Parts: sequence; C-alpha cells; structure tokens
Amino acid sequence: MSDWTPNIVVFACNWCTYQGADLAGSLRYGYPSTVNIIRVPCSGRVEPEFIVAALKNGADGVFVGGCHPGDCHYKEGNYKAIRRFILLKRVLTSMGVEPERVRLEWISGSEGKRFAEVMAEFDKTIREIGPSPIGRDGNGR
Amino acid sequence: MADKLKLAYFLSGGCGGCDMAIVDLSETLIDVLPNLEVVFWAPTVADVKYKDLEAMPDKSIDLGLYSGMVRLGEQEHIAKVMRAKCKALVAWGACAALGGIPGMGNMHTKEEIFKTAYFDTYSTDNPDGIVPQTRCVVDGKYELTLPEFYDYVRPLNEVVDVDYYIGGCPPHHSFVGQAILAVLEGKLPPPGSWITGGKAVCDVCKRNPATEGEEREPITAVKRTIDGTPEEGKCVLQEGYLCLGPVTQGDCGALCPKVNIPCRGCGGPIPGVKDFGLRAIAAIAASLANEELVDQIPSPVKLFYRYSLPASMLGKKVK
Repeated sequence: MSDWTPNIVVFACNWCTYQGADLAGSLRYGYPSTVNIIRVPCSGRVEPEFIVAALKNGADGVFVGGCHPGDCHYKEGNYKAIRRFILLKRVLTSMGVEPERVRLEWISGSEGKRFAEVMAEFDKTIREIGPSPIGRDGNGR
Repeated sequence: MADKLKLAYFLSGGCGGCDMAIVDLSETLIDVLPNLEVVFWAPTVADVKYKDLEAMPDKSIDLGLYSGMVRLGEQEHIAKVMRAKCKALVAWGACAALGGIPGMGNMHTKEEIFKTAYFDTYSTDNPDGIVPQTRCVVDGKYELTLPEFYDYVRPLNEVVDVDYYIGGCPPHHSFVGQAILAVLEGKLPPPGSWITGGKAVCDVCKRNPATEGEEREPITAVKRTIDGTPEEGKCVLQEGYLCLGPVTQGDCGALCPKVNIPCRGCGGPIPGVKDFGLRAIAAIAASLANEELVDQIPSPVKLFYRYSLPASMLGKKVK
C-alpha cells in the first residue's frame, strides 16, 4: 500500500483547461506527476463512457476540465458536460464508486496557477480515498 | 426432408416471454415450420431432456436460440452444451443479450437477495433459517441437488461465444419473423453482430418532432409516467417523460411510445454503442434544460440500466 501512487486521468478541453495546463508549465507551477492529461476538443466531448473506461482501465481518479460557463468555444458544450457529469456521478455513487473519484472544474486558459492548485488538491483527495476498487475485485471485464 | 433447419431453443433465466414472441408469429410460424425441425425446446415446448441434447453430435444443430440470462449453474451448463451442439448460437432477447430485468439484481449481493427472498419478505416463515444448498441428503440416503446460485447475473456472451444478438423484451414478433427468415435464407451479418434494422426507436417513432419538421427543444421538466398523460402525437421525451428511444434499437416499431409509455431500452443499444446506460445518460442529460432537473431523475441506475446492467462496463455494484 505504501508504494501505491494514484493514477489520475485528466480530460482537458483544448480551449481552456489545456491552455491553463500549458500556462502552468510556462510559469513553472508544479503539479503532481500522477496527472495524465488527455486533450479533448471540448468538455462536451467527454462522454460518460470515457470516464468509466478510464476507471475500468486503472485510473484511480478522473478529472474533467472545461471552459467557464458562457465561455465555451462551441457555445454550450460545457453545459452539456456538467449535466452529463452530475447524472453520471449520481449513477456511479449508486453503483458504489466514491463520488470524490470523479471531478469536474472550469479552468480557463489564464488560470495556470489554479490548474496546478486543483491538480494538487485532486491528487491529495485520491491519495486519501486510496486505490480504486474497480477492476480489482473482478468487477473489471 | 433432410435439409430441414435444425432448431434448438432453451429458456434459461428468462420469463418465457421470448418463447411467446415466437408463438406470436401465428400464421407466419405455420409457413416457416415445414422448414424447421425442432430438436430441443426446453422446458416449455418440446419434451426433450437435457441428456438427449447432451447426446447429440457436436455442431449437429443449425441454429440455437438461448433466451434468458445466466444466474444458475444449470443455465451455465446448458449454455456450454448449446454452444457445442449448435453451429450458430443466438442470444435471444434482452436477458441473454444484455442481462435484462433480472440483471438489476447485480445491484445487490447474493447474500442480500437471499436475505430478502428467504427471510425478510412478509409472507416468508423460515424459523430454521433454511437457504438453498447445492446438495443435501434426505433420510440419510437420498442425495438431492440444486443448481448453484452464482453471485451475479451474466449475459450469455460472458459464458460462451455468441454468434448473434437479438434485443427486445421480448423481441417483437414481426421482427422475429424477419430474423428467422434471414437465418433460413442465410442472409446474416458477420458473427458477433446484432440482428437489427439498425435504426433507433426515435427513427421509427411517429411522435418524433422531426417528422413534423419541428426542432427539438431542451427539456424543461422531469416527469414520471404517473404524472399526467402525454399530449397526443407529441414526443414524450420533449414533455419530460424520460424516453430512451434515442439510444435504443427500434426493431419494435416504437411500440411503447405509441401507447404513451416512454421507451425503457429493451431493444438494446443502437449500433456502435458499447454501454447502453452510459450512452443513455449522455443523451438524456444533454437534452435537459438545466442542472437542477438532473437531480429530479428518480433511481437513475435502474432507469438507464433497466435491461443492460450485467453487460455494462461496470457490470455490477462495485462494493
């Protein structure tokens, strides 16, 4: 258990959160190396299947980052994203997945510092709740 | 006639509704029957025993229809025997293909189910705390056995390889006719596919706003079927009755929406969708007008995974 490090998947929207991550790098704000970023065109592109597939394939936490409400490059992708996310979170909670394992935040391209802070915070949360039970008890198929 | 198509049918964990769907072919069945030889149909129609099926040569049956999910050892055993004896094995109906209604049992452990069924229900009187055992000896000499009750429900393809899938609870009889004809004529898709028209329920639904050239608007209310009556001829989803038509195969001809009942997804996922419930979540949530409505959806797991929980990515409650 002591040598366990979390595996965190971050779906970052190309127009805001990914730019925020880029800025964090340019400004030399460190964030945990457990974070694996996957760039997507929009947070609305992140289907519930992606999140569950990440959990099933060994992710201990899944993070979705999008543009602030009103700022979506495609006008309403982030509104669709949050509705799907809330519903998925309800379903996952009922199915016994800790709700803290999945998180959605709006991080803009200018919020490099906030990106680094949120990542550190999410990493801390996942370390506290421990390894994901999915796929370790025969759930994974 | 030596070239009759040999048919085997097994009712596994299902309810018998899929058997009825074949009988419902009525006159069509009479046309088809001269081309069929039913070699096994247990336990409902033909008086052929398991040992008779087991004694048949491997690959001697042309078509095997397996209806119902796998929960018991007996069901698993016959699934394996069917696979060995049949050239083509079809997961027949929602239970065999996806887990079906009994698949919702995967939200509970075996212990919870036994506790409810054998202890907690009002009509149960079980002072000795007896639960089913796989074997017991009566009077010191008679050994009785029961099939093992597994921890979870599985769809057929987790037990054996499946050639084709047919959705529906039960499959609609007109579609059953088409499917049997397709088999007789050898017009089948590649193994591993669903036998389906490939269209969504919305595609064949007369209530679809697109048929009137109308735009779909965001949904501004979440209603249950007990809340009022949908407006005649208008889309039930648009009114807030959570209809899963957008992601469900429409081989049924949109039967339920026709009679004011929102689609519950028994037809199985439209082609290209791996996890029915998750895609339904995406479709329904994105159609809602605001976030507050999401919290009003009652019992989402058993709504979105009503027929497909065991075949989903998670498959069962995590812990």
